[in-house]
Amino acid sequence: MPWFSAAAVVLIGVGLYMSFFVAPTDYKQGEGYRIIFVHVPAAWMSMFIYVVMALWSGIGLVFNTRLSAMMAQALAPTGAMFTFIALWTGAFWGKPMWGAWWVWDARLTSELILLFLYIGFIALQGAIDDNRRADRAGAILALVGVVNIPIIYYSVKWWNTLHQGASVSITKGSSMGEVMLITMLIMTFGFWAYSIAVALARVRSIILERDRESTWVSQLPEMRTR
Amino acid sequence: MSVAEFFHMGGYGLYVWGSFGVSALLMVLEPILLRSRRKATLQRISRIIRLNKEVRNEG
Repeated sequence: MPWFSAAAVVLIGVGLYMSFFVAPTDYKQGEGYRIIFVHVPAAWMSMFIYVVMALWSGIGLVFNTRLSAMMAQALAPTGAMFTFIALWTGAFWGKPMWGAWWVWDARLTSELILLFLYIGFIALQGAIDDNRRADRAGAILALVGVVNIPIIYYSVKWWNTLHQGASVSITKGSSMGEVMLITMLIMTFGFWAYSIAVALARVRSIILERDRESTWVSQLPEMRTR
Repeated sequence: MSVAEFFHMGGYGLYVWGSFGVSALLMVLEPILLRSRRKATLQRISRIIRLNKEVRNEG
């Protein structure tokens, strides 16, 4: 687990340095565009974490494996945090460029719904005392909510929105400057390593809490030294 | 580029630092909260185990 933490620190450190000192000033948006280096990676992670969460939920439902539900539970708060960061930085980018902190356009609204899905998942799981039932209810919510992900992703194509279209796509490549793209990718990998490190740390706490009555927990070195 | 210029961000200071600042704050806070949660959990469980042992020894 320390490997992902170390990777996150190094990648985000390099990414931040490049964001401010290497990436050139944008010819249209000046220095204001630098928000992209945290906005886009956070937005990507917000969607990616949701898909991973739904996958774990699905595996948990089908194979009835306890750990997969715990993984989904461990990912949700981090996903919610990245969704919030994407919305927050979006507002701070929208204000100087569009003149508005918030508009009810398709991209922004569907991302806001994603935040509500995360919060709903966390609340639903927390509200049910029986772990197995909580896991199942959460998993169904997570799976139903997956429909929102393609809506977010394609919202800029399907509707006329204020939000700009994708600058990076798998099929068409990138329309950004190379240094900007590399910086953004480094930040994305940094956020990705961060998410793995945090989710694994959180799942360990969840396992401990759920298995507190078991023998293996009572035999942990952490327990004997006290 | 001077330090003042750097923080000014060509007039976008509030927006750039408002974005990076809040993101950094959250991404530092989350691991700290997780660490304290783990500590609290370990403490709580070890207290329960200790109490159980005491009850058994008395009985």
